[in-house]
Amino acid sequence: MAWLVIAYLGSMAVLLLSAFWSTNTFTGAVVPVYTSGNLLEVVGSGLYWQVTLRTVLVALGVTLIDAVVAVPMALFMAKVARPAARLALVVAVTTPLWASYLVKAYAWRVLLSPSGPLSFVLGGATPGYGITATVLTLAYLWLPYMVIPVFAGFDRVSDSLFEASADLGASGFTTLRRVVLPLVFPAVAAGSIFTFSLSLGDYIAVTIVGGKTQMLGNIIYGELVTANDQPLAAALSLIPLVAIVLYLVAMRRTGALENV
Amino acid sequence: MTSDQARPASPGIALEGIRKTFGDVVAVDGVDLEIPDGELFAMLGPSGSGKTTVLRMIAGFEQPTAGTVRLGGVDATALPPFKRDVNTVFQDYALFPHMTVQQNVEYGLRVRGVGRAERTKRAGEALEMVRLSGFGARRPVQLSGGQRQRVALARALVVRPRVLLLDEPLGALDLKLREQMQVELKAIQREVGITFVFVTHDQDEALTLCDRLAVFNQGRIEQVGDAADVYERPASRFVAEFVGTSNILEGRVAQALLDREGVHAVRPEKITVLGPDAAVPPQARRVSGTIAEVVYAGATTRVLVDAAGTTLAAVLLNAEADALPDLTRGAPVVLAWHESAVHALAS
Repeated sequence: MAWLVIAYLGSMAVLLLSAFWSTNTFTGAVVPVYTSGNLLEVVGSGLYWQVTLRTVLVALGVTLIDAVVAVPMALFMAKVARPAARLALVVAVTTPLWASYLVKAYAWRVLLSPSGPLSFVLGGATPGYGITATVLTLAYLWLPYMVIPVFAGFDRVSDSLFEASADLGASGFTTLRRVVLPLVFPAVAAGSIFTFSLSLGDYIAVTIVGGKTQMLGNIIYGELVTANDQPLAAALSLIPLVAIVLYLVAMRRTGALENV
Repeated sequence: MTSDQARPASPGIALEGIRKTFGDVVAVDGVDLEIPDGELFAMLGPSGSGKTTVLRMIAGFEQPTAGTVRLGGVDATALPPFKRDVNTVFQDYALFPHMTVQQNVEYGLRVRGVGRAERTKRAGEALEMVRLSGFGARRPVQLSGGQRQRVALARALVVRPRVLLLDEPLGALDLKLREQMQVELKAIQREVGITFVFVTHDQDEALTLCDRLAVFNQGRIEQVGDAADVYERPASRFVAEFVGTSNILEGRVAQALLDREGVHAVRPEKITVLGPDAAVPPQARRVSGTIAEVVYAGATTRVLVDAAGTTLAAVLLNAEADALPDLTRGAPVVLAWHESAVHALAS
């Protein structure tokens, strides 16, 4: 446990600290001399604000798509499917997690390419490589992280609650709206924390299917690897950190994180 | 006077030739039953006897494989639960955990579009009836088992159904609470005046609570009648043994003790245990034996006696202990019973 705390919080502390360090302008080496320049550059630059906004919108879009797909899917798995079909669906949803992330991202690259299968089926009307392709690919990649908690959430809703609601005069739709969805909302919120934060930090899928789209992840990667400016990269990586903290606070205020 | 009123009243619930199979398993195997309006009716049987499935078919949660369900004379076989004038108190109460007690009770009115003022008033009355006024703001998790059950009762009654179904209503409660709730359920049923049908595997509960009961076994009804009917004149060996206990006398034993062929039942409390030299009342049958086992149970003592090649059970009231003979194991005794205590069973 202690090692986990040191390894995890320690690296976060170094990250935070190095955001205030400078680099040697000739060698690019990090020198532990205090500067607020990195942070001011991040806050003061219109470009970074724009990329942040784009990244947050992508993450929210991915989360929304996953929630919309996962809720009916998980409802079917938990409450409609027979035991054999249910097992098959759980396996089908989780198996892609065993495949390499890169393989799946490249599979989407092939799928979305101008001469690819999607283009063939849709008669050339494909989204192409860009922000839409990024959202689609990320939504596919993180879908299991939404389906599994929501499935568990539906599974916890006793069948007798469905029956009690029908018994008291509610139609299927009313039961869903007044009883079932409020009860699975915490599970959707839990899943959304995964899809939101995973999307926010992604920098690979966007370089594979995103065309020229810049997201926070690949800007940070660029500063770190290409520009060799670790302090600026550290200062930039505070943005997704803050975004995720704000997201968690927002989720907490909906009451979704009680009794999870 | 409309033609409706001129017709003889149709029974609140009528089941005709109900069958229900789940795959290869026959859960209900031909049930015919009529329950008039306003009755407190029990469906008694061991688990797996089909009683709960019948209840769920009345509620509309299951469709019969064959047969007809009539509610108030109207064929309701194909109606979904929300179109039936029947409400259910579930075994696990099925209270909505994300709603307060008040919201739970108002739910049925709310989904039927009853206005807020009317809703509040009727839910308040329903909570008052189950003695839970002032609990409206609590959540189900903050209530005890008995209180949850009463909320479930109020939630079902507030929509004023024609029939209330209760699935093992007292099963989850401890003994003291169960006895208290039995009295309360009976009072509430009298107050609202509608039909209550409850399912139970507890014969004491069925006998104490109901006006009439049906005894279920292996998907069929063995007997329908009032408590005294079923207890005093069981229709079958199953009923004689499931509702209370019986000494079953058959074959050679019946010959020896009763001079009769066939299968006969004698209730243990109808057998008198006397000392070996005591005078046996006239017109009583008697047999000598020795005590095999004595079980003290507070108000009563249960005695097993070896006699005529079998073991007979007798139940004695401890309040009459002064009149009892020596009840140590191996002591010689005489068992006596009146001819009227013997009930012949269809074999």
